[in-house]
Amino acid sequence: MSVKDSLLALLAHGPAYGARLRAEFDRHTGGVWPLNVGQVYTTLARLERDGLVVADGGPDAEGRIPYRLTPAGHDHVEQWWRSPVDRTEPARDELVLKLALAVADPSVDALAVIQSQRTAAMTHLRGLTRAKLALDGSHPDALAALSDAVVLEHQLYAVEAELRWLDHVEALMARTSHDQSDVARDKGTHR
Amino acid sequence: MTAILRMTDVHRVHGSGETVVRALDGVSLEIHPGELVAVMGPSGSGKSTLLNLAGALDLPTSGTVAIDGEVTTSLGSQALAALRRRRVGVVFQDLNLIPSLTAAENIGLPLELDGSRVSEARRAALGALRDLDLVELADRFPDQMSGGQQQRVAIARALVGERRLVLADEPTGALDSVTGDGVLAVLRARCDAGAAGMLVTHESRHAGWADRVIYLRDGRIVDETAR
Repeated sequence: MSVKDSLLALLAHGPAYGARLRAEFDRHTGGVWPLNVGQVYTTLARLERDGLVVADGGPDAEGRIPYRLTPAGHDHVEQWWRSPVDRTEPARDELVLKLALAVADPSVDALAVIQSQRTAAMTHLRGLTRAKLALDGSHPDALAALSDAVVLEHQLYAVEAELRWLDHVEALMARTSHDQSDVARDKGTHR
Repeated sequence: MTAILRMTDVHRVHGSGETVVRALDGVSLEIHPGELVAVMGPSGSGKSTLLNLAGALDLPTSGTVAIDGEVTTSLGSQALAALRRRRVGVVFQDLNLIPSLTAAENIGLPLELDGSRVSEARRAALGALRDLDLVELADRFPDQMSGGQQQRVAIARALVGERRLVLADEPTGALDSVTGDGVLAVLRARCDAGAAGMLVTHESRHAGWADRVIYLRDGRIVDETAR
């Protein structure tokens, strides 16, 4: 997740200091990826070094320095909105690895691995669905509610995709063991 | 609390000899007031058989199915039909709304068939529509409603009167995802208000609305998520 690009996008609305940016970031993501203020200021310092933001005047009464986008910063944000996010590099995933090892290892009950994962995913899905229900009508600000829904629905769809993938792996395993018994029978051997 | 639906060691066998199919093979489950239970499993795992038995549309080969305490295998065909009419609401993928009747008339119809006066049936139908925030649809005909509205009316019909058991088979059908969510929210709300629900689905996203999820495979419950 790009904190840098997100903060630049928020600064496109106007100058803001770090704590304010952090609050805005949390508001748009429903607090799913909380940032600490330190992270925000480190990122702002890096953006300032790269010429994408500058301090917008001096510190206020509480010592907070607001930042604003430079023209290069504005260009960067425009460019960000226009370019697709690269999703082609798969992240390493423990579950994928675990299941790939399990299906190839006769000493492991891969079906049980699938089933326990499915139960956990289903429980997670139920929690997310409840969170979604709680979200409905809880926000006075319709656009902020929409941001929250975007983040939550992404999690829901990801869990759903995982459950479908688990079903598919199970079906593939059933077909493979079926094919293998056919081969064994054709060879006249007993399994 | 007493279960609205109680299935005990239920078996359902179709055919005999070489062609015997054990559609359900020793299933026990209970659904209490306020509970929505999702049933999932691959094609042929027994989901539809389970739903038909739960709704007294079919009878078990052995074991018992009790709806509000009434054991389906101990009833004659008339009593069984009355049980279905009075206690069980079913929502299918096909809406089965009658095109020549308004929403309120569609919802009131099962009550009229059961001997209620037209005015009583209408009052109950309006109550059911009000519960679902759909009262403005009362006098519309099915072809004057969107697919999502029709499906919500079908749920209202399934729960009109004293019925406390609602059975839904892929109730969101071909609806888009946002409208489908609205239908499930209604089902959820009815259960929260004290009904017992069974939702047969192959969409885990839909099962996420349930309190418990039961997985069937080859006619047996192979897993059940805790509450």
